[in-house]
Amino acid sequence: MVVEFQNVGLRYGVGPEILHDISFRLEPGSFHFLTGASGAGKSSLLRLVYLGIRPTRGLIHLFGKDTARAPRRDLPALRRRIGVVFQDFRLLEHLTALDNVALPLRVAGAKEGDVRAHVEELLSWVGLADRLGARPATLSGGEKQRVAIARAVISRPELLIADEPTGNLDDRSGARLMRLLEELNRIGTTVVVATHNESLVARFPHPQLHLERGEIAARAIARPAAAK
Amino acid sequence: MAGGLILPLARDPSSRFLPWITGFMVFLAALALAAAMAVSNASSDWRRGLTGTLTVQVLPIAAETDPRALEARVAAAVALVRNAPGVARAEALPPDRMAAMLAPWLGDGAVIADLPLPRLIDVELAGGAPFDSAALARRLAESVPGTSVDDHGVWLRRFAAFARAIEVTAAIVVALISAAAIAVVVFATRSGLVVHRDAIEILHLIGARDGFIARQFQLHAMALGFKGGVLGLVLAGATLALLFHFAQRIDAALLPSLGLGAVQWTALALLPVAAAAIGMATARRTVMRALRRMT
Repeated sequence: MVVEFQNVGLRYGVGPEILHDISFRLEPGSFHFLTGASGAGKSSLLRLVYLGIRPTRGLIHLFGKDTARAPRRDLPALRRRIGVVFQDFRLLEHLTALDNVALPLRVAGAKEGDVRAHVEELLSWVGLADRLGARPATLSGGEKQRVAIARAVISRPELLIADEPTGNLDDRSGARLMRLLEELNRIGTTVVVATHNESLVARFPHPQLHLERGEIAARAIARPAAAK
Repeated sequence: MAGGLILPLARDPSSRFLPWITGFMVFLAALALAAAMAVSNASSDWRRGLTGTLTVQVLPIAAETDPRALEARVAAAVALVRNAPGVARAEALPPDRMAAMLAPWLGDGAVIADLPLPRLIDVELAGGAPFDSAALARRLAESVPGTSVDDHGVWLRRFAAFARAIEVTAAIVVALISAAAIAVVVFATRSGLVVHRDAIEILHLIGARDGFIARQFQLHAMALGFKGGVLGLVLAGATLALLFHFAQRIDAALLPSLGLGAVQWTALALLPVAAAAIGMATARRTVMRALRRMT
């Protein structure tokens, strides 16, 4: 099991509980959409999955490990098995596209000689071979998105989480990105894509985790609306 | 960026002021240490020079009008001292040599010859067994009136106490400077953690260990500490060279020779390394403690 939530609840500080009794499991190699209206708690749920925050109650298992009981020193190893594409990209503004993508390799202690070749290859794959030295401020929204995706997948994560990855893209670019995520899924990566874009969900037939008022309200496999 | 820092710490405001503050602290620490070492050297030199010697004074007696009587008492005292066990050499200082020693204060004129000055006997002791100067003083007092023995003990003890006080003061000054340096690095590191909080969170989320993030800060603090340390050391070196130069120009009879040995200069030269080490260790500890409070 890649991810397993058991009766997970979350509140920020002394505020109201924004996620209630969330329970679900993600099998290895699966592809899920996480859907729900804005403010339904999608981003919070994803933050729980990628260990950005801890739940107020309930159990979260990642790769078979109980994250609540895992000592703090074990968390980096778990995080390295997860790639995250943040809604707002969260690229480091002072670093070039190449250095942003290289970050996961460098924090993992990869040899510098291997890093550059690997990163250049991946940036070519996402169509940014000519933007290696560009800083985020000079990249378009779509280019930033692709740098963020490259950073998320550079260390071949077992679980890829994307928070509204098509939010800044036009339909064509969004579809292209989805095909890229499906390609990664085909080679074994478990993928979770949070989105409130219903047409996107309709075009790609994957199971949904639907969040409504902080609860998992429905789970269904969307029907393809049209040929991709 | 390969091989360099991931966090842009060099752009922080603290990166501009930290080397100057460190430099100022190393400058003060170097002066305090140099003062302690120079006084300690002078104390050792004087102790070496005075240990194993003593001085016998033969005082003029008012009723003694014939100068030959004083000479006779001096000769008797010298003979007695030479025969005392543990004495290697005893020699009366000739009047002309005493006049030369007093010339800087009293002038070269005949006035010195007219003064009722005591005659001094310079005594060198044989090394090894401790010497009983009190017993010698008793025997002299019994045989030769108007004599006293000065083994320099009181003066040496007072000078040693003064040297120790200087050393303790220097140690306190260096400790306070180190504490201030630690406080400055803690403040700068904490402000760096706040400024780069977002980047640190991203590094955490992509699997960076606390040690990796701490290394960013500690390498930066080490570089700034060393840079400031070299700056402070250069200024301190120039100041000390100037001070020792002026000290040497003063009459050697008034001041002990002030200066530092090669080992002591080397110890001072290591101050930038110490500043870098303090910066590095403090930054690491500050970051590790702060990160433990994060998710």
